[in-house]
Amino acid sequence: MSIIFLLAPFSILLALVGLAAFWWTLRHNQYDDPAGDAARILIDDGGEGPPGRL
Amino acid sequence: MTATTSEDFSAFLRPQGQGTSSLDLLVKGARCAGCMAKIEQAAGKAPGVSAARMNLTSGKLSVTFEGADGDPAVVIAALDALGYPATPFDPAQAAAAHDREGRRLLMAMAVAAFGAANAMMFSVPLWAGLFGQELGPATRTFMQWASALVGAPCAIFAGAPFFESAWRSVKARRANMDVPISIGVILTLAISFVETLQHGRDAYFDAAVSLLFLLLIGRWLDHRLRTRARSAAADLLALQAPAASVLGPDGRERRTPVSEVAVGDLILVRPGERVPVDGEIQVGVSDFDNALLTGETTPQTLGPTQACRAGALSLTGTIRMRATARSEDSAVAAIARLVEAGAQSKSAYVRLADKAAAIYVPVVHAAAALTFVGGWALGVDPREALLRAVAVLIITCPCALGLAVPAVQITASARLFRKGVLVKSGAALERLAEIDHVVFDKTGVLTLGRPMLIDPAPATIAMAAPLARASSHPLARALANEDPGKDMATDVKETPGGGVEGRIGGRLARLGRADFVGVRGPVSAETELWFGFEGDTKVRFCFQDQLRPDARRTIDELRARGLTVEILSGDGPGPVQAIARAVGVDHWRASLSPTDKVSAIAELAAAGRKVLMVGDGLNDAAALAKAHAGMAPGTALDASQNAADLVFSGEGLGAVRISIDVARAARHRALENFGFSALYNLVAAPAAMFGLINPFVAALAMSGSSLVVTLNALRMSRAGR
Repeated sequence: MSIIFLLAPFSILLALVGLAAFWWTLRHNQYDDPAGDAARILIDDGGEGPPGRL
Repeated sequence: MTATTSEDFSAFLRPQGQGTSSLDLLVKGARCAGCMAKIEQAAGKAPGVSAARMNLTSGKLSVTFEGADGDPAVVIAALDALGYPATPFDPAQAAAAHDREGRRLLMAMAVAAFGAANAMMFSVPLWAGLFGQELGPATRTFMQWASALVGAPCAIFAGAPFFESAWRSVKARRANMDVPISIGVILTLAISFVETLQHGRDAYFDAAVSLLFLLLIGRWLDHRLRTRARSAAADLLALQAPAASVLGPDGRERRTPVSEVAVGDLILVRPGERVPVDGEIQVGVSDFDNALLTGETTPQTLGPTQACRAGALSLTGTIRMRATARSEDSAVAAIARLVEAGAQSKSAYVRLADKAAAIYVPVVHAAAALTFVGGWALGVDPREALLRAVAVLIITCPCALGLAVPAVQITASARLFRKGVLVKSGAALERLAEIDHVVFDKTGVLTLGRPMLIDPAPATIAMAAPLARASSHPLARALANEDPGKDMATDVKETPGGGVEGRIGGRLARLGRADFVGVRGPVSAETELWFGFEGDTKVRFCFQDQLRPDARRTIDELRARGLTVEILSGDGPGPVQAIARAVGVDHWRASLSPTDKVSAIAELAAAGRKVLMVGDGLNDAAALAKAHAGMAPGTALDASQNAADLVFSGEGLGAVRISIDVARAARHRALENFGFSALYNLVAAPAAMFGLINPFVAALAMSGSSLVVTLNALRMSRAGR
C-alpha cells in the first residue's frame, strides 16, 4: 500500500507537466490564429522533401 | 524612398525596439493557405520589409520594417495588385486587440481542469468509503489531505476572476452572480479544511474546483462572444473611416489617421470619399451626399468658401478643404456625445442572470442560515448543523445560472452570425427579446439608399447611356445600370454641381441638372436628371429611392408578432409618406433632426414602450444608442454601427425579424434553464438541510445539473428559421 506515497505524487507531477506545457503554448501565442496554423501546414515552401505524387 | 507612390502612411507605423517598426493591415479576401502564402510573399518582397505574417483568423497582416523608414504604401499597393485590398489599422486599436483577459480565463480554466481531475483522483476512494468499502480513518485523512493539497491552490487560482468581480460588486453595493459563487467556494474550502483537520467525513475540495471549472467555461464563452463582436466592429471601423489625405507644405499627400488631423490642415477629398472633419472648401466644387448625415436624399452642391460637414460623401468633384475643427470637435462629435449619453442609460440595464441572482442570493443564504439556527434549536449537534448549512450553500451554488445564460447566448449569436447578423453582447440579445415597438429610419433602412430610375424607356436610356457611363454621380450610375451597352462618350467634361458634357457619335450632348442642360422652368421637387443633344429636345429621367424588396413582408411579420411599427425620418414629408404608404405603416414623422429622434425615442420609453431602433445614418446614431435595442445595416456609418447592438448585412430586412425571433427563443431557453435550476434547488436544498448530502452526491448533482442546462442551451440552434 505504501507504493501510493510514490505513485500519487508522481501522477500529480505528470499532470503538472501537462499544465506547464499548456501554459507554455498560451504564452507563445499558439491560440491566436487557429485557422492560419491549420492552413500553414499546406503551404509548400519549395525545394525540400520528396516530390509530390498525384 | 517613396518612388512608387505619392501617398504616405507612415503615421500608422508603430516603432518597435532596435529601430524597427511594425504595422497592422486589415486584409480582405484571404481565406486559404494559398492566399496566405501569396500575401506573405508579396509583402515580404517589398523594400524595407523584414517580416510579414498573416493571421487568418482575424484577417490581419502584421508587417515588420527594418529601420524606422519603411513605406507601408508599397506593401498596400503590392497587395492591391494581387487582389487583396488592405487597410492600415489604427495603432491604438491594434494594441487593444491583444486579449489579456481571454488568456487569463483560459489559464484559469486549465488550472481548474487540472485541479478537478486530480482532486477527483483522491475523491474516488473517499466516495467508495462512503458506500461501506474498507477505508480506514488514517487512509481517509491521507486522501483528504492529498485532495486539499491539489484542490485548494487550484480553486484559489481559478476562482480569482470571480473573487475580484465579487469584491468590485460588493464595494459598489450591488450583488452580482459572483458574490454567491465566491461565498460558496470560500466557505466550501474553509469547512473542508476544518473537517480534514478534525478527521471528519465532509471534505468537498473536488466539488469546489469542478464547480469553478464549469463556471469558467461559461465565463470564457461569454468573453469570447464579446471580444469577437468587438474585433468585428473594429474591423468595420478600420474599413469605413480610412485616413484623411492631408497635403503637406511641399504638396505631398500624407495619409493621416482622422483623429490626428489638426485645425488648419489642407485636406484633399476625391470623388467617392467622405469628408473627414468639418472644414471650408478652398478649391473645387462637388455635389455632396448627406443621406447618412441627415437622411436627405437630394445631393447638395458646395463650392469655395462654403462649409462642408464631416461625414458627407463627395460625389462628383475633387476638392481641397481647410480643416476648421478636429475630428473630436466636428459636427459628428456632437452626435457622438448624444450617443455616449444614450449608451450610459443602457449600461444601467440589469442582465437576466444578475436579476436572477438578486432573488436567488437572499433566498439561498436565508435557507442556509435557517438550517444552522433551526438545526441547532431542534437539537442537532452545532457542528453537524453548520456542516448542513454549508452543504446547502454548496449544493445550491448557482452553476446553472453562471453557465446557462452564456451557453444560450453564444449558441444564439453563432446562429445569427451565420445569418449575417453580428451581435455585440449578450445583454443586447436580452434587450432585443423584450422589444414591443419597432422604429425604422427610412433612407438606407426601409429603402436601399440608392436611386433607381422610374418608368424606364429603353430607347431614351440607350441614347443617354454613353454619357452616363462616363460620370461617377449616383444618378448617372443608376441610369447607366439600366442599359446593357458599353459605348462611352468622348471628350467628357464633368462640371461638379451641374452635370456632364461629351460627344456621342460626334454630337455634343449634356446630361445633368435642368439649367445645365438648358431647360428653363420651375425647379422640380423630384430627383431628376435631364438629357439632350445640343439644339435638340430635352428628355427627363425621374429617380426614386428603391424600397428594400422584403420591407413590406418584414413589417407584416413584425406586426404578426405583436409589435407596433413606426417610421422616423430626417427626409421631407413627401418621400416619407410615399414609403410609409408602400409598406403600410400609419405612424410616421418626417424632417426630424438627430435630437428630435432621440426625444421621440425618449418619449416612447417614458410611456413604457421597449423600443427597437433600426437606423443607418449619423442622424440615427444617438437614437440607436438611446433605444432599448438598436440595429444597423452593414452599410451604415461607423458611428451608427458603434451605437447599434446588432449589425446586419445583406439586401434584406428579414434579419430584423430573424434577430427578434432568435433573441426571444434565447430568452425562452434561459428562463427554462432558470426554471430547471429552481426545480433542482427545490429538491437539493431540503436534502442538504436534512443532512442527506455527502461529498459524492454533491459532486454528482452539481455536474449533472450543469450538463442538463448546457444541453438545453444547445437546442437553441434550431430557432429562428
